[in-house]
Amino acid sequence: MIITCPHCGPRDLAEFTYQGDATLSRPEPASTDQEAWNAYVYDRANPAGEHREYWQHAGGCRKFLVVTRNTLTHAISGVEFAPATGSSRRKRS
Amino acid sequence: MAEYSAWQVLRNAVTGNTGWKPAWRKPEPKPQYDVVIIGGGGHGLSTAYYLAANHGLTNVAVCEKGWLGSGNIGRNTTIVRSNYLLEGNTPFYEHSMKLWENLSHELNYNVMFSQRGIINLCHTPAQMDDAARRGNAMQLMGADSRMVMPDELARRIPGLDLSANARFPVLGGLEQPRAGTARHDAVAWGYARGADRRGVDILENCEVTGFLRDGDRVTGVMTSRGEIRAKKVAVCVAGSTGAVMKLAGIDTLPIESHVLQAFVTEALKPMVDTVVTFGGGHLYLSQSDKGGLVFGGDIDGYNTYAQRGNLPIVEDVMSEAVALFPAAAKVRLLRSWGGIMDMSMDGSPIITTGPLPGMYLNCGWCYGGFKATPASGWCFAHTIAKNEPHPLNAAYSLDRFHRGYVIDEKGQGATPWKH
Amino acid sequence: MTSHRISTGGRIDRDKPVAFTFDGKRYSGFEGDTLASALLASGVRLFGRSFKYHRPRGLLAAGYEEPNALVTVTTDGAREPNIRATELEIHDGLVAESQNRFPSLAYDLMAVNGLAGKVFSAGFYYKTFMGPVIGPLKGTRFWMFCETFIRRAAGLGAAGTTPDPSRYERMNAFCDVLVVGSGPSGLEAARKAAADGKRVILCETAASFGGTANWSGKDGEMFADTVLSGLKSEPNVQLLNRTTVWGYYDGNTLAALERVTDHVGRPRAGKPRHRHWVIRAGHVVIATGALERGFVFPGNDRPGVMLADSAQRFACEYGALPGRRMVVFANNDSAYQAAARLRERGAEIVAIVDVRPTVGDWAQSLAAEAGAETIPAHAVTGTSGGKSLTGVTIRGFDAETGNLSGSKRRIACDTLLVSGGWSPVLHLASQAGAKPVWSDKLHAFLPPESDGAWEAVGSAAGEGIEPPEPVFEIAATGGKAFVDFQHDVTADDVRLAHREGFQSVEHLKRYTTLGMATDQGKTANVPGMAIMAAALGKPIPEVGTTRFRPPFTGASLGALAAERYGDLRPERLTPMHDQHVAAGANMYAAGLWFRPESYNRPGETVEEAYVREARNVRRNVGIVDVSTLGKIDIQGPDAGEFLNRVYTNNFGSLPVNKARYGLMLREDGFALDDGTTWRLSEDRFLMTTTTANAGRVMQHMEFYLECVWPDLRVNLTSVTDQWAGAAVSGPKSRDVLAACVKLTKVDNDTLPFMGIVHGKIAGAPVMICRLSFSGERAYEVYCGAHHGPHVWDALMNAGASHDIQPYGLEALGTLRIEKGHVTGAEIDGRTTARDLHLDWMLSKKKPFIGSAMMDREGLTDPRRWTLVGVISLSGEKLRGGSHIVDGPAEKPGRSLGHITAMCYSPLYGKYIGLALVENGVARIGTRGFATDPARSKTHIPVEFVNHVFYDPKGGRMHG
Repeated sequence: MIITCPHCGPRDLAEFTYQGDATLSRPEPASTDQEAWNAYVYDRANPAGEHREYWQHAGGCRKFLVVTRNTLTHAISGVEFAPATGSSRRKRS
Repeated sequence: MAEYSAWQVLRNAVTGNTGWKPAWRKPEPKPQYDVVIIGGGGHGLSTAYYLAANHGLTNVAVCEKGWLGSGNIGRNTTIVRSNYLLEGNTPFYEHSMKLWENLSHELNYNVMFSQRGIINLCHTPAQMDDAARRGNAMQLMGADSRMVMPDELARRIPGLDLSANARFPVLGGLEQPRAGTARHDAVAWGYARGADRRGVDILENCEVTGFLRDGDRVTGVMTSRGEIRAKKVAVCVAGSTGAVMKLAGIDTLPIESHVLQAFVTEALKPMVDTVVTFGGGHLYLSQSDKGGLVFGGDIDGYNTYAQRGNLPIVEDVMSEAVALFPAAAKVRLLRSWGGIMDMSMDGSPIITTGPLPGMYLNCGWCYGGFKATPASGWCFAHTIAKNEPHPLNAAYSLDRFHRGYVIDEKGQGATPWKH
Repeated sequence: MTSHRISTGGRIDRDKPVAFTFDGKRYSGFEGDTLASALLASGVRLFGRSFKYHRPRGLLAAGYEEPNALVTVTTDGAREPNIRATELEIHDGLVAESQNRFPSLAYDLMAVNGLAGKVFSAGFYYKTFMGPVIGPLKGTRFWMFCETFIRRAAGLGAAGTTPDPSRYERMNAFCDVLVVGSGPSGLEAARKAAADGKRVILCETAASFGGTANWSGKDGEMFADTVLSGLKSEPNVQLLNRTTVWGYYDGNTLAALERVTDHVGRPRAGKPRHRHWVIRAGHVVIATGALERGFVFPGNDRPGVMLADSAQRFACEYGALPGRRMVVFANNDSAYQAAARLRERGAEIVAIVDVRPTVGDWAQSLAAEAGAETIPAHAVTGTSGGKSLTGVTIRGFDAETGNLSGSKRRIACDTLLVSGGWSPVLHLASQAGAKPVWSDKLHAFLPPESDGAWEAVGSAAGEGIEPPEPVFEIAATGGKAFVDFQHDVTADDVRLAHREGFQSVEHLKRYTTLGMATDQGKTANVPGMAIMAAALGKPIPEVGTTRFRPPFTGASLGALAAERYGDLRPERLTPMHDQHVAAGANMYAAGLWFRPESYNRPGETVEEAYVREARNVRRNVGIVDVSTLGKIDIQGPDAGEFLNRVYTNNFGSLPVNKARYGLMLREDGFALDDGTTWRLSEDRFLMTTTTANAGRVMQHMEFYLECVWPDLRVNLTSVTDQWAGAAVSGPKSRDVLAACVKLTKVDNDTLPFMGIVHGKIAGAPVMICRLSFSGERAYEVYCGAHHGPHVWDALMNAGASHDIQPYGLEALGTLRIEKGHVTGAEIDGRTTARDLHLDWMLSKKKPFIGSAMMDREGLTDPRRWTLVGVISLSGEKLRGGSHIVDGPAEKPGRSLGHITAMCYSPLYGKYIGLALVENGVARIGTRGFATDPARSKTHIPVEFVNHVFYDPKGGRMHG
């Protein structure tokens, strides 16, 4: 698999570490909504198809990327930097 | 007289092997069953078998979307062991071990369970302590264990690199002598035949495409071979759990699907008589009866439903294999394959009633499902028949994650790709 | 034996004879020969024994599809088993042996298996060997008894135990176009791509480029030579022969194995044995050709039965004539060409037996050229001869019905050339995810429409393949008819699988082992599926298609490990490593690091050494290397706020030049790591982590900064390798520092507990923090990594008059156990702050990572294991890994917990330890047992005490 890091260009899978589902939204730090925290920490959609996921370019620029990848074919349709994607303040897509 | 025996093999040899019957029938689906099991893999088939054998439930169907045993039961490294650390796990896997020990007799099918032992190699004093801790836990929970020292390893595994200047010198290991390997496909076929002979309908090429519902209650399944009603529907589909449960409106689970690769070399004369694991990385290796070295390592480590792995893991696993067996550097890799693992959030499985009325769920086997096949079916059958878990699988609940009763052998937390 | 060498032609060099041995006997061949061609030219017919029945086998093929002729080569004591003789290039001194026979290839006692008739049919082992249900052999015993003999009989070659002395190499390559296969189609594709200015890599699995051009006609050979010389002069083209592309992975990443020096025996200096290529290709051209198939009929495995095209290859490429008197058995026209060519090279073609009722003009003219009698509407029904073919029998055959008719006719011959159609080599396309499609015209699977990443050309795409009559099996009586030669799978086995319901292609494969041998069924899969399809009464594609997976052909494990073979992981050494070794330290592997375990003096045991070292810390002063701790430089205006969120306790309020002990949790509320963090200025902190978790903590914090709180203005830099660190501990530690630190005072006012100062030691800038893991007055001294040895020596010199001694991990552990400090043994990913009595660090004033999840039911259950101290009451040594129970050795009861760390405490003169114990705090003052049945068999009475053994008020470290 080759991931095109927006910063470093196309690089081999071996340079990246997977960091999981990027569609989860972390509750506000002070939130006491236990259901929301449970869902954030444990519950996964685990789709068969398009999956937005974090990869860190750990062997390169160390940036966190959000990669859109098809879990049935491994085809990658998008790579972007990941600022604030895990924050509760972002808009849900 | 048993259907399969040395006598029958001889008798049939004389008559040109024309007397053998199909191992399982290929029936048409009935409109209604007491129990429909989704998934004709090892766990689904063993569940069907134990429903019939232990609970007298024979009006049962197993729906398999492809060919029987096409999932992880036929894509693993065939290791059977119960060398777990935690109280939630060891008694369950030890029960499985006891079922394994009598399985060929029970099924009248040689599943070739060979108790050649498993040795977890240790390379630091801290690993030796961890191994002792696990070995002690096993003994206190009724499993067998012993520590082995390098002199014994040298005798038993002549090709193993025991030199002091190895990158991770071997200080010893933890052995479970009763552990071993079995012929993976035979387990599926043996359970299928056992269930079939007790009246269970095994429906191949019967893909579940939806659930029949009466309000919340699950009342059957829609399949590529028509609607089938059922009093109880059991989901037992490993790597496909997420996709199947979505058909029932369950959109999230504490599960991710990941690919695990496995490898086999060309056949060799016997060189490793036990299962060996490497503590300087992640590698488990044994030699099949045919002679191939069968081995694997880490999962590839990203969500996938594709049964294809990638090259970095191949290279990692090979480098660990030749670190343990430097003579094997000249041995050639023959085949590799990938299976989809239902990685749970704590690395331990789920065998439970629900989450919907009329539904039962068995999943989260990570990459330890093969050895669990007998106990998984045994406990799941109990759970389905009695509508409540057996004490052996009581800890494998679905709500344990939210409640904080995780069973985390590796201490990794909610990162499924690290378990 | 008479020579079968043709005097001219081919790609061998008759001026360069090569001497080698096979099964101990000396032979000679020429440079350019394979073992197969050289032996064939020497008249050898018998090359191997089959897997199950140990039947004598000769060469079926001339290339990588060969199922029979497997040999072992031994070089410098290291064995390489299962090499196909057809791919093994001979060189002087080559020592090859046949395999899987006893006592010799010609007389193999195991051939007795063949007499067992139909007992050893497919899957027979599932039906027997189960043993008695009761008695001493019940359970798995009887099977394991039988299995011992089965294992010995199975296997092919032996790998031996001598480590492979070879070197392996990995190469990354990038190209616009990767062409796999250098036959005419591959060469043409490479030429075109090169002409378009593309960067091209052309891989050829054989020694010579050219593929079929090397044996199927003069014109082809010339075309190949012309194109090749053109390509060689192109700067953008890389030509790799002896290179097999074996894996097609995601993102057009392909793996190839180059056999760099196998053909010369021992690698020359600077050359690896194999090179593992990882090729990222813009586009892949699959020009892998097609493989000929044989027929399934009784006796089809006798030495002397050979694929027609392979025989042509032996004769034309290697100048080795497979036989003198040949019969051809075909269902298509390609074999007629082979016959004509072999005739031209000196063989007598007695007859061409064709299953088709009529033969076209072109074939007729080729038959005439070959001087052969054409016998249409006939089939070969049997072979005769012992270990070498002497003749075939034929009968009339109806290709429509498969019925035989008429009387048998025997034809004497020494070679039977079979040609049962062609299978395009589409493995790479299949690996790329394409599902093969069946062609009713070519009776073969073809690659499907491509997704654009690759294309198949030439016969790999079905182009130029002679359409065959779809005849796969001649259902005659009179012996075993083989489908898979190496695994001895017969047509009857396939039918038995059908009878027993193993009907899908995967079941067929798994039940009969068809296609699972080292040749992976390259010539066997299609005939096997055809027989199953016939039994089912369905067309072949409905039986299914096997998905091909890597590798296409075997790749050596050493090559895939490449530079990691013999050098699995880097070794991380601290800057003071040489000092430790010089001081007599036992080095201990901790992850990738090496750290001193103890500095043993002559005659000392490890325990004596660490007790001395620890005692010296409590009495005088000791020094320990702490360079391995993870160190993260945290800078930015929001650094304090960031740490407030990461740590459970408050860091925003930490004054400059002060340090604080911190604890972090995972998001799920369990403990993650601990360490001290130093505030170096208003907006700069230096965090330390445990050695083991350095990488994980860095990644953990990077995630939150980038993905969750990018609004925080903070930068993280890992500086683990930039700083060397030494902890100086003991009542005299201040005296040691006072004697060597310049530019700052180190008295209690200037440097109080948890204070930080900057100064110089022996001219090197240092940063000193007063903190203590041992419980004594202690300081951590950090300097630039390159100054580490210098500063260490200066501290040792300054401490000489204070009896300073270096101490290792064991003493460090002893001191921390006495003090009740936790490490990774207790923060094991399953424990909470409360379990470890660190709840005082859980701030109630702010949320932090894990705060929302740490109070869940399962994390606050009173039955949880909590940290306590244990003391051995019997004086026996406690063992790491022991469990805590409350029953005697005979009946210990369930586990109540386990010992996480133990030591001999010089303070107490006893063995003590830390333990995680169910409801531990309530047990303090009571007794139990530490049991270790798996290792030491000890069962030791212990008392539970508070986890802080030593100086619970901390007077010594604050003083």
